[in-house]
Amino acid sequence: MNSLSRRRSTPIASGSDWTFDILTEFEVEIARLADEYRLDSYPNQIEIITTEQMMDAYASVGMPVGYHHWSFGKQFLATEQAYRRGQMGLAYELVINSDPCIAYLMEENTLMMQVLVMAHACYGHNSFFKGNYLFRAWTDASSIVDYLVFARKYLGECEERYGVQAVEQLLDACHALQNYGVDRYKRPSPVSAEEEARRQKEREDYLQAQVNTLWRTIPGRLPGDSPEPQASEEDPLGLHEGGRYPPEPQENLLYFIEKNAPLLAPWQREVVRIVRKLAQYFYPQRQTQVMNEGWATFWHYTLMNRLFDDGAVDEGLMLEFLQSHTAVVSQPPFDSPWFNGINPYALGFAIFTDLRRICESPDDEDREWFPDIAGSDWRETLNFAMRNFKDESFIQQFLSPKVIRDLKLFQIIDDDHEETLEVAAIHDERGYRRIREALSAQYALSLREPNIQVYEADIRGDRSLTLRHVQDQRRPLARSVYPVMRHLHQLWGFPIKLESIEGEEVARRYHWPLPESDETGNHQGG
Amino acid sequence: MTYFIDRRANAKHKSAVNRQRFLDRYRTHIKRSVEEAVNRRSITDMERGEKISIPSRDISEPVFQHGSGGRRSIIAPGNREFQEGDRLRRPGGGGGGDGSGEGGASNQGEGMDEFAFSLTREEFLEFVFDGLELPHLERKPLVDVEEVRPVRAGVSRDGVPARINIVRSMREAHARRIAMRAPIRRALREAQEALATEERKDPVLRNPARIQELKDEIERLEKRLEAVPFIDTYDLRYNHLVNQPQPSSKAVMFCVMDVSGSMTQSHKDIAKRFFLLLYLFLERSYERVELVFVRHHTAAREVDEEEFFYSRETGGTIVSSALTLVDEIIDKRYPPTQWNLYVAQASDGDNWDDDSINCRELLTESLMSRLQYFTYVEITPHAHQALWEEYERVEAAFPDRFAMRQIVEPGDIYPVFRELFKRRADA
Repeated sequence: MNSLSRRRSTPIASGSDWTFDILTEFEVEIARLADEYRLDSYPNQIEIITTEQMMDAYASVGMPVGYHHWSFGKQFLATEQAYRRGQMGLAYELVINSDPCIAYLMEENTLMMQVLVMAHACYGHNSFFKGNYLFRAWTDASSIVDYLVFARKYLGECEERYGVQAVEQLLDACHALQNYGVDRYKRPSPVSAEEEARRQKEREDYLQAQVNTLWRTIPGRLPGDSPEPQASEEDPLGLHEGGRYPPEPQENLLYFIEKNAPLLAPWQREVVRIVRKLAQYFYPQRQTQVMNEGWATFWHYTLMNRLFDDGAVDEGLMLEFLQSHTAVVSQPPFDSPWFNGINPYALGFAIFTDLRRICESPDDEDREWFPDIAGSDWRETLNFAMRNFKDESFIQQFLSPKVIRDLKLFQIIDDDHEETLEVAAIHDERGYRRIREALSAQYALSLREPNIQVYEADIRGDRSLTLRHVQDQRRPLARSVYPVMRHLHQLWGFPIKLESIEGEEVARRYHWPLPESDETGNHQGG
Repeated sequence: MTYFIDRRANAKHKSAVNRQRFLDRYRTHIKRSVEEAVNRRSITDMERGEKISIPSRDISEPVFQHGSGGRRSIIAPGNREFQEGDRLRRPGGGGGGDGSGEGGASNQGEGMDEFAFSLTREEFLEFVFDGLELPHLERKPLVDVEEVRPVRAGVSRDGVPARINIVRSMREAHARRIAMRAPIRRALREAQEALATEERKDPVLRNPARIQELKDEIERLEKRLEAVPFIDTYDLRYNHLVNQPQPSSKAVMFCVMDVSGSMTQSHKDIAKRFFLLLYLFLERSYERVELVFVRHHTAAREVDEEEFFYSRETGGTIVSSALTLVDEIIDKRYPPTQWNLYVAQASDGDNWDDDSINCRELLTESLMSRLQYFTYVEITPHAHQALWEEYERVEAAFPDRFAMRQIVEPGDIYPVFRELFKRRADA
């Protein structure tokens, strides 16, 4: 009705060539539709770039201005090689969580692809960045580009003053720990460039002063320690009294290093801080992959269909679109040679699409599983889902039996105490809840990455740093633990110990540097 | 609120710095691969990039990760026949199932043994010749210079149309137009003002003759204004070039090879590779490199490249014949004041006994003083003969201009080449 009345007699354009005029016209049209669907997004800054530039953008993990590091060069070489050999098409979109939201269009793309990317990135991802609670809490879209410029400039200056190698080694160490540079539970202050620059100098002095207090040559009691030394059998004078430092385990390793590492120079602390801040900026993205891609895919699908219904695109372009869309949301089964884990586009798209169905035409099953949303306004419901969840909770909340059936999900338990693998749940009445639970856990960052926290810094003794790894389901650490500890050792400057805890007991201890006699810590594991 | 930006014209190679850092970091790995490539490649094949593989464990960026073991749950799609409670054998033995959808970990080359990428041709040659230098690379002094290069020397009023300096010409024209029009404009403005005053007067008081006169004057002035030419030959400026003498950066490389019966095709291939490396190397240091091929058995002849490497001859060996010919060619075509002269000689070490002494004398008395560098490679697994011994005496006399090494098999070429041209600490 409404859409029919506005139906155009001729499409905006056809064929596969694009011009800036045509793109602008499409953009206006998509913006109008997005507005109708009440998508709230940042202004868009759409940049047309070449393939080569796209590979550059890839290599810098999508940061429009990156500092220099060999690992980005490695990434570039890998991308280039894969692309040249034709193993990989370049993703046709790259979008940056910034205000204005920067999206890249490759010049080689066909018209259809440009329109698709605009719908996907400039309205899908963009509205996700603006709406989702994690992004709102963790990132400041308006200042990220400024911060990146600051970081690049600062690291450039460091390289000039202290040498490329010194900075590179420091960055290597920080990168190894960047997944542990985030406060998971505490709301951080968003990254802000101006403030960083303004406060940087005073912070240098302040930080150093703080560290100096902590590491005074003559150990004294810290403020907040128990006032009187307590004598005991092994320590009659109470020299080791005063409690552990830090009193509570610290999950943010890089933060702890930045504030407490005894030997780091002020500029090195600042570099640690930069890596930490950038890790924080990417933290929401790592937790919302399924939702973010699903949301963007859902919207490009919806918007493209509306464009077609309104007569803005013709059949040819629509067919091309459907082909490409189908490829994006395909989910090869587990035994296919193309299987590479669960495709976040497919899963996210399936969940959002099914949510809309549940709202628009619910059946009995939906009313039983989703009594609150069955039959509700789909735009409100989808918006609510997009705003208030991350992958883990989103799946827990919205993965419907129908999606489980459609994707034929099943759960395998791989227990090293058992001879065989067990199929624990399949897509049936008994399995739905278990699969939902387990899939949700599979996306929980806290379970995906080993849980490692700072347990103790021995500020009165040998200055060693002790970490604790709390095992999840008896899963041990991979061998990469040694190189990471080596990096940590470089930052801390004194011995590093890592205790792997299973239940209440220490199942395994790691040391760096390796003890002289006892090679690679052959303590018995569980 | 949307705007489009066309960034295509922006600099690409934003990652060039990072790429270079990567190459620097893995220099030793890459160098090893390059050396293998040089030994493996055919001679005509030096001028392209190379695929390099580095074991991925050496370049991994470690992070804390779960290892295999323990109890894990995996959700996978595409179930067909499994029922709850089914037991399956572990795929591929102990490891435990993969494919747990831990997105993002895989494109780092995890699981792949080798990290492979390509070097460009420039990067490849950079590594091939890394740490090498040309002995006595010098710009020849400006004695008796013949080489000149046109250099910009300001602008002049005369020149050929191809060298018109448009900006300067237009600026001159502009200035001239302002200068020539100014007095006319002034007169025009006065006339217009007078006309206006006249017309503002009461109709009774107007002087029609005066008005007509002023109107004619205005028309005449406007014509004159238009007649000022937009551009005049007088305005034209030309870029002026003068010829400036240039220090010579030309080199000539004499390839001298023994083609007597004792030299087999494999000897020649080895020699050819050696010459090729030297040529590539010279090419990087000089703007122009000429090649002269001199082959000899009992008599020496200058030939083209094809004949040099592939035609067969038999007979004995008189090395001095080649050296004499080189000497003559230098006299005739390559005056040492203008050319940097390099000689590379390859032989299997055979020579007529009496001749070796002639060779030494030729070298020490005439040739060596004119050459930048003389390299001699002896391709033989056997013991050295008289020629080697005489050359050793030459080397003792000219330790920094004369170098000789023995090559036994193709694999030796590159190391020998590197040794001959390695950077000298005292240089």
